[in-house]
Amino acid sequence: MDYLAPTTLAEVFDALDKYGEDARLMAGGTGLVNMIKQRLVAPECLINISGLAGQYGQVRPEATALTIGALVTQRHMETSAVIRDFSPLLADTYHRVATIRIRNAATVGGGLAHGDPSQDPPVSLSVLRARVRLAGRSGVREVELDDFLKDYYETDVRPGEVLTEVVLPAAPARSGSVYMKFLPRTADDYATVSVAALVALADDGKTCREARVTLGAVGTTVIRATAAEDLLRGQVLTDEAIRAAAATVPAAVDPLTDYRGSADYKRDMTEVWTRRALTEALARAQQATA
Amino acid sequence: MKYPITLTVNGQQHSLEVEPTKLLVDILRYDLGLTGTKEGCSVGVCGACTVLMDDAIVSSCLTLGVAANGKAVVTVEGLAQNEELLPIQQAFIDHGGFQCGICTPGQVVAAKALLDINPNPTEAEIKDWMLGNLCRCTGYYKIIESIQAAAGQKA
Repeated sequence: MDYLAPTTLAEVFDALDKYGEDARLMAGGTGLVNMIKQRLVAPECLINISGLAGQYGQVRPEATALTIGALVTQRHMETSAVIRDFSPLLADTYHRVATIRIRNAATVGGGLAHGDPSQDPPVSLSVLRARVRLAGRSGVREVELDDFLKDYYETDVRPGEVLTEVVLPAAPARSGSVYMKFLPRTADDYATVSVAALVALADDGKTCREARVTLGAVGTTVIRATAAEDLLRGQVLTDEAIRAAAATVPAAVDPLTDYRGSADYKRDMTEVWTRRALTEALARAQQATA
Repeated sequence: MKYPITLTVNGQQHSLEVEPTKLLVDILRYDLGLTGTKEGCSVGVCGACTVLMDDAIVSSCLTLGVAANGKAVVTVEGLAQNEELLPIQQAFIDHGGFQCGICTPGQVVAAKALLDINPNPTEAEIKDWMLGNLCRCTGYYKIIESIQAAAGQKA
């Protein structure tokens, strides 16, 4: 196996041109090294892009958004005051990823490019309507995260491209949000079911202007519960309204049976945890409005 | 193909040539003879292989040697200075923070890293920090007690 440690994007493009599909990009390595050890991938060349951290390892506030370099560590996302101020939801979510050892190494971009539907961050990033920036020789394109995550471990990174940045729009006014992770086994496990919910209230402080719900670990990608979102928009969020919305979620998910629970059990749990998440997101939105 | 790397391990610089897939835990154990670091699960979950890399705890079983190039690594062997144990090491002995000992190097390195940034952690902070270091013998009370005992001392 060949190994390259480029320090500029141009060098990364050169390496990708040379090795094509036989190359794998690596940042923290926590995902890829495990896949190599399990012989799920056998790259001809490993391209370690950690050396680009000077350019893509920072968080940059912009007018109405935050630009997060792909090489920012997940530990930084959890501990940075800038991130917590901008999005407590995101800081809380990164805190739930595996263990500190993993978060010290794993990066924001690496995690997303891994395309694993059981990870925590994509669930909340979906609710926050994050976008990813993909750089190629012909320029940079920006893709909605929900479109970027295409299938099980499959993303919209095209040949010759590198995920360089994540763009995080500000949460709507008068909104509250929460990430909930159902962990019946151990605290560092993947979720059995996870859900992020965001509720934005109208000027009256009662009517739901917008609700967002995304689930993790119950399909080949994270899944937006659009039926639930549609039901809640424009409604006063009573317990009944939240119950009715959560009841649409099991039909939208497609979990697998594994040692974290049967498919049927997980499907039932998506309703329970969506209800809890919406209730908490509403409470936080009301607090923010009060 | 082998690639040249330079590692500083417990303050000592080493120049090596390694295959890209060679793991830091294997370099430590087989090339440098530092067998204090253990390999347990091999997938970054159990914490037995915990080392400090540039002051941050990582799983050495998931860290490629080439990715550790130029970094400063501290293993359990690098904690005691002049044969004098750190308070956190002595506390594990005094409070029975281990039985079989396989997880202990990782526990001690992780606990030291906690006390370095948070000299007086609450029990909740200890549990949150240490949840990635599994022990199959003691249960965890003795480990938590050891860390509490060392807290506030120079660790």
